Amino acid sequence: MKLSGWGRFPVLEAAVFAPRNESALIERVRAGRLIARGNGRAYGDSAISRQNTVHMRHFDRMLAFDEATGQLVAEAGVLLDDVIRALLPRGWFPAVTPGTKFVTLGGMVAADVHGKNHHKAGSLRNFVDWFDLIDASGTVRHCSRTENTDLFDWTLGGMGLTGVILRVAMRLRPVETAWIRQTVMPAADIDAAIDLLEQSGDATYSVAWVDCLSKGAKMGRSLILLGEHALLEELTERQRESPLRIDRRRELEVPFLAPNGLLNGLTARVFNALYYWQGQRTAGTSLVDWNSYFYPLDVVLGWNRICGSRGLMQFQCVLPLDRSRIGLKALLEGISRTPAGPLLAVLKRFGAQSGGISFPMSGYTLALDLPVGERSLRLMRELDRITLAHDGRFYLAKDSRMTADTLRQSDARAQKFVQMRDKLAARSAFQSAQSERLAL
Amino acid sequence: MSNGPVLILGARSDIARALARKFAALGHPIQLAARCTDALAGDKADLELRHRVKVTLHAFDALATASHAAFTEGLPELPDIAVCAVGYMGEQANSERDVAAAIHVMRTNYEGPASILAQLANRFAERGSGTLVGISSVAGERGRAANYIYGSAKAGLTAYLSGLRNRLAKRNVHVVTVLPGFVATQATQGMRLPALLTARPEEVASAIAEAVARRRNVIYVRPTWRVLMSAIRNIPEGVFKRMNI
Repeated sequence: MKLSGWGRFPVLEAAVFAPRNESALIERVRAGRLIARGNGRAYGDSAISRQNTVHMRHFDRMLAFDEATGQLVAEAGVLLDDVIRALLPRGWFPAVTPGTKFVTLGGMVAADVHGKNHHKAGSLRNFVDWFDLIDASGTVRHCSRTENTDLFDWTLGGMGLTGVILRVAMRLRPVETAWIRQTVMPAADIDAAIDLLEQSGDATYSVAWVDCLSKGAKMGRSLILLGEHALLEELTERQRESPLRIDRRRELEVPFLAPNGLLNGLTARVFNALYYWQGQRTAGTSLVDWNSYFYPLDVVLGWNRICGSRGLMQFQCVLPLDRSRIGLKALLEGISRTPAGPLLAVLKRFGAQSGGISFPMSGYTLALDLPVGERSLRLMRELDRITLAHDGRFYLAKDSRMTADTLRQSDARAQKFVQMRDKLAARSAFQSAQSERLAL
Repeated sequence: MSNGPVLILGARSDIARALARKFAALGHPIQLAARCTDALAGDKADLELRHRVKVTLHAFDALATASHAAFTEGLPELPDIAVCAVGYMGEQANSERDVAAAIHVMRTNYEGPASILAQLANRFAERGSGTLVGISSVAGERGRAANYIYGSAKAGLTAYLSGLRNRLAKRNVHVVTVLPGFVATQATQGMRLPALLTARPEEVASAIAEAVARRRNVIYVRPTWRVLMSAIRNIPEGVFKRMNI
C-alpha cells in the first residue's frame, strides 16, 4: 500500500504487516529488512520499509502502573494520548513529551524524543527504566542501564534500526493539577530571545516562537513561552473543584486537503505578524490547560493536510552552544532571503548530550515547517550548509530528504552507529527508507 | 441499565477486544471468556489500568457444549449483558472438499453460540433482566456460492436470535442481533474490501454499546448494508443463481 509519514512526503509503495502477537512479530523480524511503525508521526520516511513495514497497532496494552514510583509498563504501540487519559486524572503526567500526544511509546523511545523541558530534564532516555526489544536474531532482549547496555544506548534515538521495541517501562512525573502557569515574554530580536532563554534556565518548560520572516533589526523577533505545572493553590476556586480534569476542547479535523498554495509567503507573513501582536498583547502570566499548552496543533486533527497534497517538510537542527548565536543569525538570514515563508519556527535551548545517537546536544535547536516543493528543498539545502558550517546536526525523526553525506558531515556518531548495527547484525534485519537513503 | 458486568464470549477477536474497551470505558466490570485465557492477561491489565474496572478471565470453549452450564454457573456473577463474539469463517473451498471442516464451521458459528446463549437466556429470563447480544453476519441473509457454509450457520444464528428475542420479550430480556458487514479484522486481513462498506472494530463496538443502551433489535454497523442486503434479498432466485457476487 501507499505509505508516508506525517508530512505526507515522500509517499512510497510499501508492504505493511500488522502482527497480533509476539510470535507473529518475530516471524516478521526473521523475514528481514523490517522497520516497526507506530502512529506514523515521524515526518518523513523513518517508519517505512518498502519490503517489511510492521505496524505495531495491536501491541497497545498498558500492563502496569506503580503509584509509588510513577513507573508505567506498556506495550510499544500504546499512544501517549491514552497514557495521559488514563493517568493524568490520577495526578501523573509524561516526564517528557513531544509536541504531539499522538505518538506511540515505541516511537518516542526510537526517536528519544525531547520536550520543552530538555534544558533541565534531558530527553526521554532519562525516564526510561528498561525496554524489551526483539533483536536481529528474533530474540527478546531486556535492555536497561545494566543489561544489554549497548542495545539500550543505541536503541534510544536509533529510529528502530536496532530492533523492534516491544514493551517499555518509563517514569511519569507527579502533578497537582492539569494546568500550566504560562509566562509570555516578547523579545525584540534574536539576541534578546537567546538572552531571555539563557536567563530562564530555571523554568521547567521553555521555548521560543520565532517570527523568522521579520528582517533587519527585527530579525528573530520572538515570543518566549515559559511554563510551570500549576499548583493547586494557584487555581481558581472553580478549577480547584476538579484540578485534574482532562476535558478537552472539541478537536477539529481538517476534513480535506487544503488547496495548494493556501499557505504561501503572504499568508504566513500575516499569520506570523498576528501571532506576535497577539502575544505582545497578552504578555505576562496566565493559566493554560495542559492540552493547549503542550499540544496546540493536536486540536486540529490532521493539520498536516494544511499544506495541501504536496505535503509538509520539517527542518530541525541543533547548534552547539558556542556557535548558536552566530549560527542562528545565519539560519534566519538564509530563511529571510527566500520568499517561501515557514509556517512555524520554534527555538529551544537544549541541555547536555547523552546516549549513542540521540539528537539533542547542549545548544539551540531550531525547527520550521515548509511546504514540499523545489523552493523549500533549495532553502533546506542552504540551511543544511549553514548548519554544517556551525557544527550543527539534524533530527532524524523530522528528516525526509537529507543526504547520507550531509548526515556524516554533521555527526561523527553516524559511522559509529553503522558499526554498532553491524556488530548487532541489525543492518540487514532492520531497514527503513530513511536508513537506506542515509546509508545507515 | 446500571453498570453491571459484561460477559464477552470469544474475547480474543478484534471485535471482542474493542467491545471490552468500550464497555470498560462505560464503567462496566468485564468478564472475558476464551479458550486460552493466558493470552488475555495483558488485556486484563490494560482494561483495569485504563478504566479502573474489575476484569475476570474465564476458560470457555464454544464447541464443548456439555461444559456450558458449568461455565455459566462458574461466573463470579451472572452478567447484565452478554455478547457472543464467537465465530469462524473457515475457507469455503476447504469446507466444500472436507465435510469435517464444514461441520467445524457450522458448529462454531451456530451450535456453540446457540448452546451458550441458551444457558444465559434461561438464567436471564429467571432473573427477569439482561441483554444478550449475538454477532451474526450479513452472510446469513442469503446463501452465496462464495461462503454458504459459513453463511448457512450464521443464517441459523440469526433465526435463533430472532426467536430468542420473541420468546424473551415478555420476560424483560432483550436480544440484539448484530450484522456487522465487512470489518477490518484478523479474519479479513489481506482481503480487498470496499472502504465504504468496511467498519473498524471500534465502530462495531460503539454500535453495539448504543444498540444495547437503546434496546435496538437488529443492527447493521454501516447503514449502507441495510440497503444493500435488502436489494440482495430481493433478487429473484432464477437470476441470483447465475450471479457471481
